[in-house]
Amino acid sequence: MGADGRTWGSGLAKLYHSTMPPETTEAARPRSGFFSRLRDKLGGSRLAGALGLLPGRPLDDELAEELETELLLADVGVDAAAEIIEQLRRRGAREGFADAEAARSALRDTITAMLASHSRPLAIPDRPRPFLVLMVGVNGAGKTTTIGKLARRFTDQGLKVMLAAGDTFRAAAVEQLQVWGERNGVPVVAQQPGADPAAVVYDAFQAAQARGIDVLLADTAGRLQNKEHLMQELIKVVRVVRKLDPSAPHEIMLVLDASQGQNAVNQARQFHEAVGLTGITMTKLDAGGRGGVLLAIARQLDVPFRFIGVGEQAADMDAFDAGEFAAALLPASS
Amino acid sequence: MFENLSDRLRAVTERLRGRGRLTEDNIRDAVRDVRRALIEADVALPVVKDFVARVRVRALGTEVSRSLNPGQVFVKVLHQELTSTLADGAAPLNLRQAPPVIILLAGLQGAGKTTTAGKLALYLRERERRKVLLTSTDVRRPAAILQLERLAAANETAFVPPPGPESTPLEIVESALDSARRQQADVVIVDTAGRSRVDEALLEELKQLHGRLMPAETLFVVDSMAGQDALNAARAFTETVSLTGIVLTKADGDARGGVALSVKAVTGCPIKFIGTGEGSAALEAFHADRMASRILGMGDVVGLVEEVQRKVDQEKAQKLAAKVSKGQGFDLEDMRDQLSQIMGMGGLAGVLDKLPLPGVSADKLAGQMDGKLITRQVAIINSMTPRERRQPRIIDGSRRRRIAAGAGLPVQDVNRLLKQYGDMQKMMKRVSKGGGMKRMLRGFPGLGR
Ligand SMILES: Nc1nc2c(ncn2[C@@H]2O[C@H](COP(=O)(O)OP(=O)(O)OP(=O)(O)O)[C@@H](O)[C@H]2O)c(=O)[nH]1
Ligand SMILES: Nc1nc2c(ncn2[C@@H]2O[C@H](COP(=O)(O)OP(=O)(O)OP(=O)(O)O)[C@@H](O)[C@H]2O)c(=O)[nH]1
Ligand SMILES: [Mg+2]
Ligand SMILES: [Mg+2]
Repeated sequence: MGADGRTWGSGLAKLYHSTMPPETTEAARPRSGFFSRLRDKLGGSRLAGALGLLPGRPLDDELAEELETELLLADVGVDAAAEIIEQLRRRGAREGFADAEAARSALRDTITAMLASHSRPLAIPDRPRPFLVLMVGVNGAGKTTTIGKLARRFTDQGLKVMLAAGDTFRAAAVEQLQVWGERNGVPVVAQQPGADPAAVVYDAFQAAQARGIDVLLADTAGRLQNKEHLMQELIKVVRVVRKLDPSAPHEIMLVLDASQGQNAVNQARQFHEAVGLTGITMTKLDAGGRGGVLLAIARQLDVPFRFIGVGEQAADMDAFDAGEFAAALLPASS
Repeated sequence: MFENLSDRLRAVTERLRGRGRLTEDNIRDAVRDVRRALIEADVALPVVKDFVARVRVRALGTEVSRSLNPGQVFVKVLHQELTSTLADGAAPLNLRQAPPVIILLAGLQGAGKTTTAGKLALYLRERERRKVLLTSTDVRRPAAILQLERLAAANETAFVPPPGPESTPLEIVESALDSARRQQADVVIVDTAGRSRVDEALLEELKQLHGRLMPAETLFVVDSMAGQDALNAARAFTETVSLTGIVLTKADGDARGGVALSVKAVTGCPIKFIGTGEGSAALEAFHADRMASRILGMGDVVGLVEEVQRKVDQEKAQKLAAKVSKGQGFDLEDMRDQLSQIMGMGGLAGVLDKLPLPGVSADKLAGQMDGKLITRQVAIINSMTPRERRQPRIIDGSRRRRIAAGAGLPVQDVNRLLKQYGDMQKMMKRVSKGGGMKRMLRGFPGLGR
C-alpha cells in the first residue's frame, strides 16, 4: 500500500466513509449481493501494484505489516493478527508469492480456513419439539432484532414459531418483541414487567408444547458478562426450562455486535462458561465494523458461527459463510 | 501472553531496567509493546500511532536517574499524556442559552441513547433543578418511542409524544418545541434513532434535525465496548452535526474503553459523562485519570506512576540544587520540569513570593508564567530536540521556526520562552552568589529540608 493508506485520520477513514453505499432502510435488498457489494465499495486497492513482489518470493516485511494493519483495523486483535501473519509468512517461505495480490489472496484463504470449521448454519432438526432457541448477549447487541429475523426465516421454512418475552427488565422490551411477533404473524408469550425470566421461558415452553410449536425463540435482557448476578439469572433460566425438557435450550445463541472490539472475546468466553453456547450470531455488519474479533474467538472457542445481521429489517440476515466473511474482512485489491 | 497492560508494562519495565538514558533504541521495544497494548484496548489504530509517537517524543528527551529505570519513566510519561489528552477541553453541560436549551443525542444502533436521555433528564431535574422535557424522534425501531415514554414516566419527567401516528422526526421536534414554550421548560432532550455512519439518508435526517433544533449540546453516545470503526463513526457524526460532547455508556462492563481516546481524538469534544448501569441514576462524571488507567488496563500502575513521580521530583530537585549552587548547567529540560511542577502548585507566584530575588521582579516573572502560558511553554520545549534542550545556545532562527511550527505556535512565543530561560538563568546565578540558595530551594517541590 502506498503512503496514502498509511496517513491515518484521513485517507483510510475517508475512503470507508465516502464510498459506502447509502443504506436503503426500507427496501428489501438483494441478500446474496451484500458481501460482494460491500467488497466492491470498500475496495479501492490500497495495496495493488504498490509492492511488486517478484514471482515466488517470500512474504515481504512491509507487505506483512500492511496486511497486519488491515487485520487490526478489522478488530482481529493483536494476537490473532500476529498468528495469521505468521501462518502467511510460513506459507510464503514454502510456496512463495508471485505478487502482492497473491499474498493477499493467500491471506484470505488462511482466514477462510480458520473460520471454516466454525461455519455451521443452524438447521432446525425434525425433533425435538419445541426447539428452544435462547438468545443471550450484552446490552444492545441486537438480540431482540435477531429474534425478529429468525422468526421470519423459520416461518418462511414452514415452521410454526412462537416468541417468549424473556426480557422483563428493560423499558418496552416486551412491546418491542411484540411488534416483531406481529410483523411475522407469530404469537408472543409475555408476562408483566419485572417477572422472573425463568418463569416466562418455562411458561412459554409449556405453551409451545401445548400448541404444537416447532421453534420457540426466547428473548432475554441484555447483560454485561462481568455482572455475576445477571449471569446467575441466565443460568437459572436454563436450569428451570430443563425441568420440562432436559435437552433444552436446543440452541443458546450469543449475539455479538460487529461494531465492538476485543471485549467480544470476553463476552464469548464468559457467556460460554456460564451457559454453554451452541451458536454465535454477529449483527450490524452493515454498519462499518468488520467483526474481525470472530477470528480471535475462533482460536479460543469451538462454538459454531450461525448468522450475520446486515440491517434492521426482518430480511437483513444471512447464514454465516467463512469465505464471504473473509473476503469482506479485508479491503479487496484492484 | 500478558493478561492486561499492567502486566505488559511491568514487563516493559523489566526489559528496560538498567539501560540508563532513554534512547530511540532502548525504548523501541517498549513503544511497540505499549502500542500493542493500546490496540488491545480498542484504541483505533491511527490514534494509537499518533499518540505513541507523541509520547515517544516526550520520553526521548527525558533523562533517567539511577534510582529509576527507563521503563518507569516511559510509563509515567505515557500515563500523563493519556490523562491530559482525555481531559483536554473538559467542560460541564452547556446550559447557558435562552430556554429551552436543546440537548440532542445521536449515535450508533444500541449505543445507549434512549437510556442516556432518561439519565440526563433525571440528572438535570435533580442536580440542576431544571424543568426537563423528553421527546423521541425514533420512528423506526419497534417500541423505541414507548421505551423513552416509560423511562420518562419512571423518572417523573414530562414526555412529549409524536403529534400523530405517522409523524416525521421534524414534526415531532416542532411539537416538542411548542410544548416546551407553552410549559416553559428549561431543557428539551431529543432522542434519535440509532444510525450507522454509512447510512447517508439517516445522517441527512440527523442533519436536518440538528439544523432545526440548533442544540446547545449535540452529544455522541458511544458504547465503551466499541472497536476500531468507532473512529470512523465519530468522524462521520461530527462532520454531519458538529458534536459538542461525548457520553461513554456501559462503562460498568469490563471493556478497557480505548474508544474514549479514539473518539476524543477525532472529535476534540470533551467526554461529559459515563454511563455505569441500566438504571436512570447510573450517570457519572468523567474522570480522565481513571479512564487513562483503565485504558492502560491497570490499577497498580497508577500507584507505580505516582511513586515514580515522587522519586523523580526529589532527584530533579536535588540535581537542580547542584546546578543552581554552581550557577550553571540549568537547561531547558530543567526548566520544563520546573514548569510542570509549578502547574501543580498554583502557579509560579506562590513559589517566587517565598524567594529573595535581588533585582528580579517576581511579579513580572510570575505574570508571564501562569495558566495556559505554562502549558504552551511546555509544548514549545517538547517540540525541541533533546540536544536543543540541553544546549539552548544552538537554537538559531531556523530552529526557532521549526520549533514554533512543531508546537503550533508563533515564533514570538519561542523567542519569549528563550528570553525567559535567560532570565531564569540569571536569577539562578544571582541567587547562588547572593547566598539565598537554601531558602530558595525550599520553594521548590521535593526539597523539604
Ligand atoms: N444496522 C444494524 N442494526 C441492527 C442490527 N441488528 C440490530 N440492530 C439495531 O441495534 C439496536 C439494538 O437492537 P436490539 O435488538 O434492540 O438489541 P438487544 O440486544 O435486544 O438490546 P437489549 O435488549 O436492550 O439488550 C436496534 O436499533 C436495532 O435496530 C443489524 O444487523 N444491523
Ligand atoms: N450496563 C449498562 N447498560 C446500558 C447503559 N446504557 C444503556 N444500557 C443498555 O443498553 C441497551 C441499549 O440501550 P438503549 O438506550 O436502548 O440504546 P439506543 O442507543 O437508544 O438504541 P437504539 O435506539 O436501538 O439505537 C439497553 O439494554 C440499555 O439498558 C449503561 O451505561 N450500562
Ligand atoms: Mg432486547
Ligand atoms: Mg433508542
